[in-house]
Amino acid sequence: MATLKEVQTQIGAVKKTKQITKAMGMVATSRLRGAQTAMHGFRSYAEKFSEVLGSLSEKAGNDASPLLVPREEVKKINIVLCTSDRGLCGGFNVNLTGKAGSFVKDSAIGAEVEISFTNFGKKGKDWCKNNNFSIVDEHIGVVGTKFGFNIASTAGRKLVDGYLSGDYDEVYIIYSKFISMAKQISTLKQVLPIPAIEKSIEDIEEDAPYVAEHICEPSPDEILGDLLPRSIYVQLYSALLETSTSEHAARMAAMDNATNACNDMIDRLTLAYNKARQASITADLMDIVGGAEALKG
Amino acid sequence: MAENIYLEVVTPEKEVISEKAQIVMAPGSLGEFGILSGHTPFLTTLKTGMIKYTDEKGLERFVFVSGGFAEALPDKVTVLAESAERRKNIDLDRAQKALERAEKRLDDNKKKDVDFVRAQAALERAIRRIDIAKTR
Repeated sequence: MATLKEVQTQIGAVKKTKQITKAMGMVATSRLRGAQTAMHGFRSYAEKFSEVLGSLSEKAGNDASPLLVPREEVKKINIVLCTSDRGLCGGFNVNLTGKAGSFVKDSAIGAEVEISFTNFGKKGKDWCKNNNFSIVDEHIGVVGTKFGFNIASTAGRKLVDGYLSGDYDEVYIIYSKFISMAKQISTLKQVLPIPAIEKSIEDIEEDAPYVAEHICEPSPDEILGDLLPRSIYVQLYSALLETSTSEHAARMAAMDNATNACNDMIDRLTLAYNKARQASITADLMDIVGGAEALKG
Repeated sequence: MAENIYLEVVTPEKEVISEKAQIVMAPGSLGEFGILSGHTPFLTTLKTGMIKYTDEKGLERFVFVSGGFAEALPDKVTVLAESAERRKNIDLDRAQKALERAEKRLDDNKKKDVDFVRAQAALERAIRRIDIAKTR
């Protein structure tokens, strides 16, 4: 049986932990709001962008840009891994690195493939180092903060250049897709070569009122050549935004759980404390009664 | 008087402009163009430069854009740009510093033209920003 003093110290310690987890949860909540606003702000751009890209790709040939043509032999793959810089967000990073791990394993089967990583976030970088994967490029201090489009375009440009110069034959991105506050899914997406852009039936119906064809200046192929690299940046930016939002949501949930666990622990310890106190009082009483009886004797 | 046309300027970070305009002038990559309501569908890439438009009240407005393209429909012009700022929001100090930085980089890179294209683009952005801001 723990002594009264010991239990008291434990209760104090758990209470302090609870304060920290509660504060972290609250910080995550407010940052989540910021991240969500950024995500919504980007949506109108992204939607318009893919709309124009879709209608252009119909007009332009499939070989309008080398970014559209798949390579026959895939020997070098680059993976853009988006994780958070900091921990304390439940299984968030483990899910993402796990996704990367299984992808590496799958693509290594039956073929000699050289895999390199572009890292966003410290956790992914550490994971790559522990597993001896080569890191081409790393960006720390981006995910989870407020960042501009230029971060995505700078990193995206490197990917496009690397693809064109033959440093990579395929580029994938692994990020956490934000579904809802309670659900974030680790997602793997092919970025390069750009998968054929398909237009859904819905889009076609929507465009129906505009029967007139666009006049393009310069030619559709040239505009497409200009837009395609940019579509990579757009994808990267949106992946980073989603990962940031997911990180905060995951941390919020993790901190909420931790705070609840602290409450449970405090309840249990308080019970133990009360029992111990009761026991010591009973023991004291027994002593007094025993003493009094002896005096009567 | 002709009907007004709806102008939207959007960057990845936010919507910069969303209002009606009488006329929109924009720097297309093959030359500057003007758009009035009822324009035939038109799509073009844009140079780094200035969009000039007249708002509903007839006031001239100026906007810096870079790295974008524009789509015109009969009732609407949409400009998607990597960066865009209204003239009054241009940070002159920052542009001036960017100008110095870009000039320095171009000097350093005379031997090895590694980031020549990017430095030149940065230089152009800075010059355009300063030009526009100076007309305030």
